[in-house]
Amino acid sequence: MSNQKIYWKGLEELHETNEFVKNRENEFAESLPMEEFLGKENLSQSKTGRRDFLKFLGFSVTAAAVAACEAPIQKALPYVIKPENVTPGVPNYYASAYFDDNDFANILVKTREGRPIFIEGGNPTVAGRNGISAQISASVLSLYDTTRLKEAMKKGEPVSWSTADSEIIDALTNIAQSGKRTAILTSTIISPSTKKAIADFSAKFGNVDHVTFDAISYDAIPNAHGSVFGKTAVPYYRFDKTMAVASFGADFMGTWLDHNAYRGDFAKTRSPKGEMSRLFSFEATMSLTGANADYRTSVKQTEIPHALIALYNKLSGSALPATKLACDAQITKCADYLKANKGKALVVCGINDVNAQIITAEINKLLGAEGTTMDFATPVFTKMGNSGAADALLKNIASGTVGGIILYNANPAYNHPMASNWKDAISKLKLSVSFASKMDESAEACTYVLPDHNYLESWNDFNPFGGHFAVAQPTIHPLFNTRQAQENLLVWAGKANRSDKNSSAYREYMKEVWKETLFSKQTKYASFEDFWNYSVHDGAFETTYSESVSIPSEIITAGDAAAKINSTFKSGSGYEVVLYQKMGIGSGNQANNPWLQELPDPISRVTWDNYITMSPAEMKEKGFATYIGQEDPADMAEISVNGKTIKLPVVASPGQAVGTVGIAVGYGRTFGKEGEIIGQNAFPLGSFVNGTVQNWTVGAEISKTGETYPLAATQTHHTMMGRDIVKETSLAQYKENKHSGNHKHSFHTKIKELKGKEVHGHLSSDEADFWKKFDRPNHNWGMTIDLNACNGCGACVIACHAENNVPVVGKDEIRRVRDMHWLRIDRYYSSDTNKEMLDNATGFSAYKKANLDAEIPSESPQVVFQPIMCQHCSQAPCETVCPVLATTHSNEGLNQMTYNRCIGTRYCANNCPYKVRRFNWFKYHNNEQFDFYMNDDLGKMVLNPDVNVRSRGVMEKCSMCVQRIQYGKLEAKKEQRTIKDGEIKTACQSACPTHAISFGDYNDEASLVHELRADERAYALLEEVGTEPNVFYQVKVRNVDEAYYHGHDEAHHEGGEHHEENGHGGH
Amino acid sequence: MHGESIYRKPLILGDKTYNQITEDICAPIEGRAGKLWYLAFTLAAMAALWGVGCIAYLIGTGVGTWGLNRTVNWAWDITNFVWWVGIGHAGTLISAVLLLFRQRWRMAVNRSAEAMTIFAVVCAGLFPLMHMGRIWVAYWTLPLPNQFGSLWVNFNSPLLWDVFAISTYFSVSLGFWYTGLIPDFATVRDRQSIKWMRAIYKITSFGWSGTAKQWQRFEEVSLVLAGMSTPLVLSVHTIVSFDFATSVIPGWHTTIFPPYFVAGAIFSGFAMVLTLLLVMRKVLKLEDYITIGHVESMNKVIITTGSIVGVAYITELFIAWYSGVMYEQYAFLNRATGPLSWSYWIMMTCNVISPQLFWVKKLRTNLVFTFFMSLVINLGMWFERFVIIVTSLHRDFLPSSWTMFYPTYVDIGIFVGTLGIFFTLFLLFARTFPVIAMAELKSILKISGEKQKEDFAKHSHDQHH
Repeated sequence: MSNQKIYWKGLEELHETNEFVKNRENEFAESLPMEEFLGKENLSQSKTGRRDFLKFLGFSVTAAAVAACEAPIQKALPYVIKPENVTPGVPNYYASAYFDDNDFANILVKTREGRPIFIEGGNPTVAGRNGISAQISASVLSLYDTTRLKEAMKKGEPVSWSTADSEIIDALTNIAQSGKRTAILTSTIISPSTKKAIADFSAKFGNVDHVTFDAISYDAIPNAHGSVFGKTAVPYYRFDKTMAVASFGADFMGTWLDHNAYRGDFAKTRSPKGEMSRLFSFEATMSLTGANADYRTSVKQTEIPHALIALYNKLSGSALPATKLACDAQITKCADYLKANKGKALVVCGINDVNAQIITAEINKLLGAEGTTMDFATPVFTKMGNSGAADALLKNIASGTVGGIILYNANPAYNHPMASNWKDAISKLKLSVSFASKMDESAEACTYVLPDHNYLESWNDFNPFGGHFAVAQPTIHPLFNTRQAQENLLVWAGKANRSDKNSSAYREYMKEVWKETLFSKQTKYASFEDFWNYSVHDGAFETTYSESVSIPSEIITAGDAAAKINSTFKSGSGYEVVLYQKMGIGSGNQANNPWLQELPDPISRVTWDNYITMSPAEMKEKGFATYIGQEDPADMAEISVNGKTIKLPVVASPGQAVGTVGIAVGYGRTFGKEGEIIGQNAFPLGSFVNGTVQNWTVGAEISKTGETYPLAATQTHHTMMGRDIVKETSLAQYKENKHSGNHKHSFHTKIKELKGKEVHGHLSSDEADFWKKFDRPNHNWGMTIDLNACNGCGACVIACHAENNVPVVGKDEIRRVRDMHWLRIDRYYSSDTNKEMLDNATGFSAYKKANLDAEIPSESPQVVFQPIMCQHCSQAPCETVCPVLATTHSNEGLNQMTYNRCIGTRYCANNCPYKVRRFNWFKYHNNEQFDFYMNDDLGKMVLNPDVNVRSRGVMEKCSMCVQRIQYGKLEAKKEQRTIKDGEIKTACQSACPTHAISFGDYNDEASLVHELRADERAYALLEEVGTEPNVFYQVKVRNVDEAYYHGHDEAHHEGGEHHEENGHGGH
Repeated sequence: MHGESIYRKPLILGDKTYNQITEDICAPIEGRAGKLWYLAFTLAAMAALWGVGCIAYLIGTGVGTWGLNRTVNWAWDITNFVWWVGIGHAGTLISAVLLLFRQRWRMAVNRSAEAMTIFAVVCAGLFPLMHMGRIWVAYWTLPLPNQFGSLWVNFNSPLLWDVFAISTYFSVSLGFWYTGLIPDFATVRDRQSIKWMRAIYKITSFGWSGTAKQWQRFEEVSLVLAGMSTPLVLSVHTIVSFDFATSVIPGWHTTIFPPYFVAGAIFSGFAMVLTLLLVMRKVLKLEDYITIGHVESMNKVIITTGSIVGVAYITELFIAWYSGVMYEQYAFLNRATGPLSWSYWIMMTCNVISPQLFWVKKLRTNLVFTFFMSLVINLGMWFERFVIIVTSLHRDFLPSSWTMFYPTYVDIGIFVGTLGIFFTLFLLFARTFPVIAMAELKSILKISGEKQKEDFAKHSHDQHH
């Protein structure tokens, strides 16, 4: 490092004199003068000059700075002993089953490195309930809920399991000795092994009553069927075999009964290609079913049984008494259509009243539904609650004949109409035990809370319908010190020994039950071990069900029922309250699941709250604000009925029957994280009529309190403004012209030739395009969405949440319209000012008025749904405007988002015609402000490791599950084959119960999407903007007699091409 | 020295000598500030500090502290950006274009107009930076060699053009302004008796000694920079308008934007020049230099550009109707009659109707009225940008995504903050810089001074007889 440079030693060296060359050999002395050189004197003389000093300084400062900049170390520990079948980076799928009082489904659980992260609908090996709902999709997050109980509790204090066991066994014995009864209150139990465990437990103590009570009761249906068909059962309603359906307040596409089956089944009848069914709906509040109906009629809840009688009279020719309704014409139309489709017709009724159900059953009998559209061979067992028995139990507790209660999947202090009585009753009992895995309203009143495993940590078996036995297997070790509920019963019954949380006692017990009862029902497997292992592997065992005939002691005739209806169903004064379930929250079991709270209601598009729905016209009369926006809060109202009062905001719901208010149940839970406890509990507003719990009450008073309440809606504008967004046509028009309603835009031109082709005055939006076309040499990924099949249920939205780590932002952020949903479902109401009137409005004031009027939904609107995600435009407006190329196009047709290149100018989001881009306004993970699930280590376990969690300040959007595409491509590559069509499924597609979403490769000419894109119904949304999307929608066809307006010219043209635009169409 | 017609109004009033000009213009630098200056400075500095606080909160917490949403991704941020950039245009127009056109009246106003340009561009430049989700990687917008592989900027993006346009604009304006300041700084230096101030002016004047060679080079550089600045008057706002014009959003996707934006920029810039100068001439006692004649000239520019803007607004409406595109038609219907129509009508009133009042000579020579109008026009032009940005975005193609926009206190705070920064800088400028280009002004004293003209008139009169 010295700065004294010596280039030559002397002129001799420079000139290479002979003498120098000779002496060069001797240049290095044998003995190097090391000592001399390293001697202290010399060393201290060696200088570090100023330049050297600066070099040293510069180096060390830089080195220190670089060292300080080192990124924090994130440890990824390898397995010390690798578990069998777990390969990091490769998911494992386990067949299992899901059941709570809302849903039953056969599921596939996707686990990564031992963590369940995604629930896929459908078990490929068995024909069960393969559709899933939003609630089932979201249930994986409830596994990682920080509010789960982590150990056994006694009076709010932790207690050891063995102490609890001995105390409870003592108490149970004491109760038995004192001659009192012990009750086990559960929701419907469809598990044969659990039933056996309860039976063993009862046998041990001898004084046990098992009572079932469902939050949503259906007990009138089997009773009515006993009288009418001689079969006290809930049949499997075969919507897939219907051509005419009339629903009277039964939201079978949403939440009614076995809806997971119905959604998919009914969608099969909705293709306009073959025969297409027609759905009539008579209902009080706008439900998903009503929204999807071909003909929907608003009737009050108390009028529904009268409407049924009218329908019965028209079909049978009898003249049972009933109140004459305003909708008689619609009933006649419905009757005619049902009659014409005898044997392919079905009527369902959502009122849990035996008389109303008797009339329904009689109608179905007239329509020849038994054995065709009502399948008693595979009856449904998922709703066996007996509200009368629960009521009797409450009375018995009050009278002191009951000494102890065990609650399993039951929460009567929350979801029974007499919730507060239950709370008092339970807390007075000598022994009260709850198996709740999360603290709830009833568990709070119990002495002991012995938390159950989450269903993803448990073994279980289910017999949801005749002949089907599903197995649920654990997909993760129990996270907390919890015990399977059944095991508790077995331990107390002396059938098993208490061990740790990983105990296999119940599994062994289940195996015994299966060995005894089911093994003999098959011949496929010789050994029980094989039978068991394959049943677990497949997730289910299927056998045949032998129908049992059971005739109730008291047979009710249609005449009796009609008479009862006339005396029971009277509207009277005041409002009628109708309690309904939301798609996300249902009866409230997962009310603190942030995914579900943030899932917009399919109809109102409101998140994070329940509210009173009311007809907009009536709201205006009463002075309630009908518009809800970011800074336009809802008005609060106080509703009192049966001596109970609750206060809720009021939301306009076009199509709601006048004189009716709707309130969603499942809200107003009192446990969970702050901010997730929201809304009011509406269960206490239910009523008891003829011994069954009803979802309606009459005589409610509503008063405006003068307060306002902010609501968070993801959609604040509700009509299509006459635009071609959801394209619609009628079945007749479609049959006449397959292009009907699918009006392609064209542009006038004076040019005669374009790219060597002759042009005749028109260019399609594809042709009228300055852009260079891009090559798609290998794949061209794309999606098609059938608007006929989509019913707006929202399962896809939650699946997308789970797959893509979409953050939850909370109510206040949703109110500010900052939802992060990559996939949203737009809902539009029809307006009285339709497209035709908008097209024909000439002159400024007429045009202005028409546009203002078009913003107002009709009083009884038609409703359409449209799932919208990134359209993966081939000429994407977002791509050209990004200054840093953070969003680019792949040569497989995908519009890609590079998060770590994004600087967050948001120009792409502005320039997106579909408004599908979502910006990380804040840091949504590890942030106290957003304490939902990405803020704690437990909640983060649900995150999909294949998708990164986006940082603050970057844009995100649908990637078409690019990680799944990549996985599929790699799998194919490993096997040295091409990708099979349908092999790669996006998350939304996998969750869609109606198969409305298809995904595939347009380059593959044999693929389904290739075929669907070429279909006459296929259209690109906002095609006239020239974005050339890779997502295609299929025109919605409604089975109605009325014709749709499709612009002035369509009638004169064959096919959809080369239509001249007129009026206000896009040129 | 060639003379000027005696019928032309003098540009410098009173009996001025070269020394008197120097005295008058250096007075604010050498004297003490009045109470009013301190009051104004305190207010401006407080607003600036508040703005800085809001900016810190914004950068620390996230862009979510603004009122933006999924549909309206730009609102006050880009409105403010365009507004400030627009304001800057008057300075460039005055100093460059009017220089080339040999408009002598510019000499009294160009210095402060250019200062305004610089400060406005500083404020404008803050917004594109702040609106970024990740400001710490803002340098990615520059085409720098990098270690990220072949990552490069997107030359298709108007935002990138903005980066070039604004940075070029800022650097050329700064160079032009500073070049002009050098001889004046030297004058100030030579008069300065306080040692440390003298030292500072010594540095800022770059050793100017006033030799003939220096003057010759000075003239050359000024002309070259004027030549460079002139296209910028047109290009900068043209490129800013491309931020909107190249998009697909109805109400943005408009070919009329470049000329319309440039005219609007000059319109608002002159209004801001008037706002500043009308106060400054009074406070710094420069009425003899910034005369009614100057104000009137600027008001004429305002009528012209205001009328261009008005025609543009009406053309947009006509084209929306004529195009037959339903989205475009609705966008303009919504502007005029929708939930944010109040902003449209503020814009229309302030920008189209009010400048027409300047056709009346009495009004355009009335200083109080001009001052009031300058504020009205600035308000109107702010709303023009708000209307273009927010009312186009909040209701575009799919009604399901239509939203409203409500600003938060951070939106407002940052805007007020940039006003504070602007005025703080301007007030400092007024106290420390020669606010009128005295060297240049002296060059026209002989031909355009009032006394000199009178003398000339008398002289020629005498000659005749």
